[in-house]
Amino acid sequence: MSESPEQKPQRQDNSRVITRLLGSVIIMFAFGFALVPLYEKFCEITGFNGRTSNTAAVANYGMEVDQTRVVTVEFHTRVSRGIPWEFHPEVRSIRVHPGEVKVVNFYVENRTGKDVVAQALPSVSPGEASLYLNKTECFCFEQQPLAAGERAVMPMQFYLDPDLPEHIHRFTLSYMMYDLTDQARVTTTASRSE
Amino acid sequence: MSTIVTDTHSAHDAHDHHDHHPKGIKRWLFTTNHKDIGTMYLWFSLIMFFVGGSMALMIRAELFQPGMQIVDPHFFNQMTTMHGVIMVFGAVMPAFVGLANWMIPMMIGAPDMALPRMNNWSFWILPFAFLIMLSSFFMPGGAPAFGWTFYAPLSTTYSTDSTALFVFSMHIMGMSSIMGAINVIVTIMNMRAPGMSYMKMPLFVWTWFITAFLLIAVMPVLAGVVTMVLTDKYFGTAFFDAAGGGDPVLFQHLFWFFGHPEVYIMILPSFGIVSAIIPAFARKPLFGYASMVYATAAIAGLSFLVWAHHMFTTGMPTFASLFFMYMTMLIAVPTGVKVFNWVSTMWRGAMTFETPMLFSLAFVVLFTIGGFSGIMLAITPVDYQYHDTYFVVAHFHYVLVSGAVFSIMAAAYYWLPKWSGVMYDTFLSKLHFWCSLISVNILFFPMHFVGLAGMPRRIPDYALQFADINAIVSVGGFLFGFSQLIFLAVCIKCALKKGEPAPAKPWEGAEGLEWTVPSPAPYHTFDVPPVIK
Repeated sequence: MSESPEQKPQRQDNSRVITRLLGSVIIMFAFGFALVPLYEKFCEITGFNGRTSNTAAVANYGMEVDQTRVVTVEFHTRVSRGIPWEFHPEVRSIRVHPGEVKVVNFYVENRTGKDVVAQALPSVSPGEASLYLNKTECFCFEQQPLAAGERAVMPMQFYLDPDLPEHIHRFTLSYMMYDLTDQARVTTTASRSE
Repeated sequence: MSTIVTDTHSAHDAHDHHDHHPKGIKRWLFTTNHKDIGTMYLWFSLIMFFVGGSMALMIRAELFQPGMQIVDPHFFNQMTTMHGVIMVFGAVMPAFVGLANWMIPMMIGAPDMALPRMNNWSFWILPFAFLIMLSSFFMPGGAPAFGWTFYAPLSTTYSTDSTALFVFSMHIMGMSSIMGAINVIVTIMNMRAPGMSYMKMPLFVWTWFITAFLLIAVMPVLAGVVTMVLTDKYFGTAFFDAAGGGDPVLFQHLFWFFGHPEVYIMILPSFGIVSAIIPAFARKPLFGYASMVYATAAIAGLSFLVWAHHMFTTGMPTFASLFFMYMTMLIAVPTGVKVFNWVSTMWRGAMTFETPMLFSLAFVVLFTIGGFSGIMLAITPVDYQYHDTYFVVAHFHYVLVSGAVFSIMAAAYYWLPKWSGVMYDTFLSKLHFWCSLISVNILFFPMHFVGLAGMPRRIPDYALQFADINAIVSVGGFLFGFSQLIFLAVCIKCALKKGEPAPAKPWEGAEGLEWTVPSPAPYHTFDVPPVIK
């Protein structure tokens, strides 16, 4: 480009625009990563992704049970691909009154010949219901060490918040069991409970 | 638009210039000339168009009959993946950048792009990006096979090591696009000729200006997503891994936050091209210039609020479904404004049907068909039936092939005389048009029907009742693919200067500064800026 004097102010202009545009690029790159915690927070508040809280709710036995409503809770269990474990609930679904405390047992059997560490991750569909599902005790809060061939009964105690919206009559609580043997060697249970 | 008056001084000045540039390969390696770089972008995208197209033909050959004939399913998945990636990032986007390089400086009366060295760099990293991407075919396990959308966990847990090459080449493409976008914005903001106010800019410049902002907003997000895929796969992070506390659905949110503006990146410059060509051959000024500008900006703005319509079936609260459904339908309004304006421009115009006009008319009709099927897909409850079927494939090929690609063809025919200095072969160009028009509809229209009947996309085999329609579609595919060789022949003839010498303004009704310089456009144009009144 020519070096004529009238081009000089334009060059300075260029660098200002370029700086701003590069700034926007960096901001948008950071924004992409910022969306990760933002999404997590958003899901925590709205139950958008159906994940339930993984800390125990305080058991509230004195709570008034809403006898006028019955909600069906369906249980669904899966084991992550290629792992020959048995994992199922004692019942496929139960009917509960909001406020009523229930216990459901889940059975797990390690059919492999090696010791493993597993953890089940919960998911509720529709996600809205996850905000009202309070688990006072759940095997999913921590990792489960299972010796080769070992069987275990894992209890899950929960109640539904009586504020559960009227239009929810039925929801599914799904557990997916993951093999965390490799990760468990390097990560302690404490640092994962967050 | 206003009338443009160039002072005679600058028109003559262009003749006096001598082309000071090195000869041979060095000219192309070291060039900072916007016309050279534009030419390279355009040839590169044409090559990629044929590479991606031959992959599409592989897909159609396999789908010609039910059952497994030619390729194994894993290779079929590699074909669908690489076809998408190459057509989006290798063919359509570089073609638009090439057109921007060639035309924007000439349309706004600038001597070159504002950042010529960066321009060179942003082109020359592209061939390497695609070399890296294509070399993954020779890796164990082959090229990426998880679809161009690289959904986690397909691209993390279940992918081969070619993912690393995929991520790296996506980074390079992203850098190239971002640099191209910065260049376009700086050029348009700072290099307009005296008197060229924003509202006098040709619509191609306007649409590219807005597209460049979209690129700057979303390409960094894409870079972030591919980085997360890379670290999830190789460095033990768990952005998208449920077992580690992540969420695979988050991938889709991030990807489509990039992906939806991306589809407008691939169509807004088309709107600009068609808005240049239709007035030229209707011999009337564009109807509703200002509304075109605002409609483009509105589409760009809305594109950030509709991403989740790609993921209705992941399950989301009713409110969110409704929001994304209505926002998506709202986009039909500014798009409708555009179609209305094009039709009104033609209304009572003295129309002639040269090849660029034919492609533009086909664009208006066929793009609108793609728009309508888009509205059908936007309806959440019925999307549960259409999702991931051939109906979606039909929809986005109508907007991308008979939309974006047809507009690029139209642009090529419209400006080829200016670029090469010779008229293209009229007979071949019309043959190309009619072959393309007929075959593109044989290829994509029946896909609507198999899609509605439930044929899933990205599957190498299908139920027997879809056999007849798939056979027809495959025939259309091969016809369309081979028709493009006619286009290649036309381009090569022009590049070899075989044809009638073209005048400075070969189209009687054309408007714009690019027609005030001789054909072929001299190596340097508008060293002395023209004055626009």
